[in-house]
Amino acid sequence: MKILVCISSVPDTTSKISFTDGDTKLNKAGVTYIIGPYDDYALARAVELKEQLGATITVLNVGGADAEPQIRKALAIGADDAIRVDIEPTDSFFVAEQIAAVAKEGNYDLILMGRETSDYNSGVVHGIVGELLGIPSFSPVMQLDVTGNEASMTREIEGGKEKLTAPLPLVLGCQEPIAEWKIPNMRGIMTARTKPLKVIPAAGLALTNTEKYSLPAPKGACKMIPAEEAEKLIELLKTEAKVL
Amino acid sequence: MILIFTEVADGAIKKSSLEAIYYGSKVAEMMQTSAVALAIGNADATELAKAGNFGATKVLHANDTKLANANSMAYANVLAEAVKNVGAKVVITAKSSFADAVTARAAGALKAAIVGNVTELPNLSNGFQVQVSIFTGKAFADVNVDGDIKILAIKKNAVAPIESSNSANVEIFSPALSDNLFTAKVTETIKATGTISLPEADLVVSGGRGMKGPESWQPLLDLADALGAATACSKPVSDLDWRPHHEHVGQTGVKVSPNLYIACGISGAIQHLAGVNSSKVIVVINKDPEAPFFKAADYGIVGDVFDVLPKLTKAVLASK
Repeated sequence: MKILVCISSVPDTTSKISFTDGDTKLNKAGVTYIIGPYDDYALARAVELKEQLGATITVLNVGGADAEPQIRKALAIGADDAIRVDIEPTDSFFVAEQIAAVAKEGNYDLILMGRETSDYNSGVVHGIVGELLGIPSFSPVMQLDVTGNEASMTREIEGGKEKLTAPLPLVLGCQEPIAEWKIPNMRGIMTARTKPLKVIPAAGLALTNTEKYSLPAPKGACKMIPAEEAEKLIELLKTEAKVL
Repeated sequence: MILIFTEVADGAIKKSSLEAIYYGSKVAEMMQTSAVALAIGNADATELAKAGNFGATKVLHANDTKLANANSMAYANVLAEAVKNVGAKVVITAKSSFADAVTARAAGALKAAIVGNVTELPNLSNGFQVQVSIFTGKAFADVNVDGDIKILAIKKNAVAPIESSNSANVEIFSPALSDNLFTAKVTETIKATGTISLPEADLVVSGGRGMKGPESWQPLLDLADALGAATACSKPVSDLDWRPHHEHVGQTGVKVSPNLYIACGISGAIQHLAGVNSSKVIVVINKDPEAPFFKAADYGIVGDVFDVLPKLTKAVLASK
């Protein structure tokens, strides 16, 4: 089995977000970058499937050279080789086009990624890739097993979940609890240094671009209500906040 | 033409989709065109006609029995066909996991520009620009959307709909559906019934580890019941299996933007705040006065949730 795991490189979820250059660029100073949290789940499940069934895992990132530490980490966790499409991932359709082009070349059985990236949270790249390749796509997938040429999955739906089966190849957007995040061990880190990482150019044009960023208005002071008079809150929510 | 992908639940248009229809009708006004709603699956024609109250001039209803189950591939195929059929340049949907799955594939088929979490009406003064929420509500981006066809997934409360008495004609829409759209088989559906949908809810009562355990959730459920609110929880709570996973709100869970979010015994880790910070009003109840959540709250009560919650429930019931 051949698995392609697509990872994003995003600011750590605890990062304070700020902007520079007249609010046109993300301020990267002091920000730690990580493998997208959802992508990390996809990678962890891919490594488990490799251990269970035997598979080769290619990790794919659409991004600049500064994403390479995250790619090396994915190799240390258990991917066999890596491809980086050398372009900033600014637009969902454009990123999906890059992924689909790599996927067409490699003939993968499973194309896994997170349900969304934690920067733009759009959650559409897997669907676009599926359509461009003409194969089914599902998201958010919280359980995945493979038997022969068939995958069985659990997908989260509003207010519950749905179990389904579908023949490979598939594109899946993954989320917890599909697997536990994996931490690379020393041997993994050593071998990752020499695993192949191919850098290829992007093709096509982005259909959207961000002109400017902004931050939400700061929150006003929190109005404290003594616990003994808790019932007063309901009155305030009605008359002052007007939400009841 | 503006086309709205309209989600249907229990035979009627979902509230979030009515908001999307209203948003679509406003964009149609700005672009001097009209708004058409596309509804797929089982739905009542009189319910679908309500799209007119929110500004749609017409409803296309794809009601092929093959579409009774929510199948994102088949629905995307219908959506892409409808876009071509009415010559739509802009497609609007309310943001949801299912709508994302459908519109993403339609974007692939149509080579459309697609943006999610749109927070306001577009600015058409220089091209087509929308504001989107990014980093799970920590920031905003003004995005220029250049594609010939544009798909926008709007966030809850992007517009405040005003209902009219206008009606919309419902027309049956029957594009061809090939068998290869139906290769996946749904073997089981597990769905909570009789509960209020969390992503759609105007009021949410949410619990964290301060609720102590699954057996002590009743005071929270009572308040939610009295308010008619949806229930939610923090990540540790769903990780511990105290509550089902679909109730988990936060960075890696459901993102909510209700009018009122009441957090009970949740300390307010940054990953949790990310999922709730676009709520209009946040109430925090926590016995620890240093809980970081108070910094993001509008109203706070320092106290034991098991003392405070029954008082609130009593006050809600008394005020009815």
